[in-house]
Formats: sequence, structure tokens, C-alpha cells
Amino acid sequence: MQTHDAKRVEITIEAVMQRRLTQALTDAGVTGYTVLPVLGGSGRSGEWSRSGQVSRASGMVQVICIIRPDRLDALLEAAFAVVERHIGVVSVTDCQVMRAERF
Amino acid sequence: MDQILSLAADNLLSPIILSFALGLAASLARSDLAIPEAVAKAMSIYLLFAIGFKGGVSVSDHGVDGTLLLSLLAGVALSALLPLIGYALLRSMTGLDRLNAAAVAAHYGSISIVTFVAGTSVLDSSGLIYEGYMVAVAAAMEAPAILSALWLISRGGDRKMEADLWREILLNGSIVLLVGAFVIGWVTGQDGLSQIDSFIVAPFKGVLCLFLLDMGIVAGRGLRSGGRLIRPPLVAFGAIMPLIGATFGLGAGLVLGMSTGGTVLFMVLGASASYIAVPAAMRVALPEANPSIYLTLSLGITFPFNLTLGIPLYVAVARTVTGG
Repeated sequence: MQTHDAKRVEITIEAVMQRRLTQALTDAGVTGYTVLPVLGGSGRSGEWSRSGQVSRASGMVQVICIIRPDRLDALLEAAFAVVERHIGVVSVTDCQVMRAERF
Repeated sequence: MDQILSLAADNLLSPIILSFALGLAASLARSDLAIPEAVAKAMSIYLLFAIGFKGGVSVSDHGVDGTLLLSLLAGVALSALLPLIGYALLRSMTGLDRLNAAAVAAHYGSISIVTFVAGTSVLDSSGLIYEGYMVAVAAAMEAPAILSALWLISRGGDRKMEADLWREILLNGSIVLLVGAFVIGWVTGQDGLSQIDSFIVAPFKGVLCLFLLDMGIVAGRGLRSGGRLIRPPLVAFGAIMPLIGATFGLGAGLVLGMSTGGTVLFMVLGASASYIAVPAAMRVALPEANPSIYLTLSLGITFPFNLTLGIPLYVAVARTVTGG
């Protein structure tokens, strides 16, 4: 099966910033993304869990998008402008996709 | 004094407070007791709808006068003013930096709708009537405090509030539901209430008990995770600031000539601190402020204080002052 190089970008960010992030990604030309709820975790800002949060203020989500490698810089610049001051993690990994024209 | 102690004892031994205490104790003891997220969300929707609807019906029964508008204005003024007092108190009492002090202060100008609901429940049990439109006052008091806090910070920098954030605050689900249910209750009146009273009146206190059980669990978790940041001066602030807010609320109720129950609710609104709308706004507008400080203070200190000691105290004081 023919596969093509792509980049998988995972951005874990506060739920209150989700809409701003996805808007920035769309503006940067990203054609698709997936948003997942995050159940809990631990990091520099301490331990937390989704259960027992009284509002969205403390929740986290993960935004995943797979893009062509040449679009990576524009995406990261757009994402960084949103996440810079906020709790979160941005990671990039290499991946393979079967239908390159979709990304 | 006897009256306050008696009311406090009755309040402390009510199913509502004992449910909260159960959740708090279970959480502090690291029990795995939990209310599913969707259930807690459904209960909050139910409570907001019920309290809004009943408030609207009350206004429909008693009509509207100029006091409603003045009460709304007083509520907005109170919400905008209290963060300034809270900020000054925090800076002098606790040594918190400007950013965290402003973020905490915003919470104390805004309101806790659950504390408000608990206050109405105590008033109902005490047979004290109150103005139904206080629900609308509660909704109006959510946002001005955020503006005050951002003004406090923007004096030394270039922080601005983006338009999107305003929309999110003013149209957040809780406010829309509360005001919407209030309008529905106002429009449909007693006829509307008679059609759904078996749903929104009789089960109300039972649902409130379960919701407060969940709030106890959440407060306990907050105390466990953020307790190390809450030093004695901050704990003192969490108990003193509600009393200051309640005093301003008392003044507003008296100046406006409200009923004893209405005055109590103004005190409750002045005393309560937000833990839903304001934290979300602070995460967007002031992300450098530490949420463990403002959430633990608001939810772990002030909310239990108001629920257990504050509300009976406000009822007793309002009764004494108004002669109700």
C-alpha cells in the first residue's frame, strides 16, 4: 500500500481555549482536526482530574491534526500564538497517511 | 445571639448541609465516591431552570415596579465595587501579587448561584418571603466583577478584554438558562407553574441535596490539591470578605426598602464568590494567575462558610435590622 509522509500535531490545552485554538488552526489553513476530552494528568501546574471539576475552567482537551509537512510551520505559529500564555503541551510526530490529498 | 445560634444549628442539621458535609468528608478521606459528570451537569441545569422559573412566576404574581430596575443597578454596582475592596484587602492582608489578587477579587464580586439557591431554600424553610426578581439580580451580578478585576490589572499594563470573551461571559449557559427560565416563568405565571410544579417544586430540595453532595466532593478535592497554597491570611480573607460583601448587600436591601427575605438574598449575593463563570474568564484573560488559589478560596473556604454559618447569620441580621 502506498503511504505518504505527514506530521501529526497533538496540542493539549485548557478547554476554555479550545475554540480559539481551532479557529486559529482553521485560519492557518488546517483542513481538519479532532478534539478529544482529556481525563486527567499531571505536569508543571500540578495534578488534576476531569471528574470533580465544577466548570470548564479547569478542564483540558486535546486537539489532534495531521497535516502535510510543508504546512507545519504555519500551524505551529498559529497554535503558539494561542497557547503561549496557557497551560498545555504541543508535540509533533512523524506519521504516514494513505490519502495525502486530504491533508 | 440565641436566634443566630438556633438558626445556625437548624441549618447545620438540614439535609442540604449534611449532604455537603458528607461529600466534603468523603473527599477529604479519599473515598472514591463520585457523581458522574453528566449527572452533575443535569442537576445544575435542573436547579437553574427551577430557580429561574419560580422567580419569574413570583414576579408575575406580584407585578413589576421601579424597585426591580433599582435592584438590578444596585447589583451591578455591588458586583463592580466588591472586587476593588477585595483587591485592597488581599494586597494588605495576604501579600498576594497584583495579578493573583485581582483574579481572586473578581471571584468575590461575582456570585455563586448555588449559594443563592441554598439561601432561597433556607428562606423557604423559615417562611420568609423574598422578591422573585432577585434571580435576575443574581444573573446581572455575574459579569461586572470581571471588568473591575481586569481594570485593576490594566492600570499597570496593556491588558484588554477581547470581544469574544465578553460574549462568552454574558451568554454563558448558566446565565442564559437562568434568565430564560425567569422569563418563561414570568410570561406563563401560575398557569405555567401548575403544569410543571410536580417537576420543579417537589423534587427541588432532593436534587439540591445531591448537587451539594457533589459540590462537597469537589470542594474537598480542591482543598486537598490546593490547600498547601492557602495560608492563614488567605483563609481569613475567605471568611472576612463574605461578611464585607454581606454588609454591602444589607445596605443595598435597606436602601431599596426590600423585604427581609430580599435583603437576605442581597446579602447572600454580596457574600458569595463565583466558581464557575469567573474562573473560566480568568483562565482566558489572566492565564498567569494561579487557579489553585482562587478556586480553592472560593469553593473550599467561602462556599462552605456561607453555606454553614453565613446564611443563618445573614438571616438573623436581616431579621433584626428590618424587624421581619
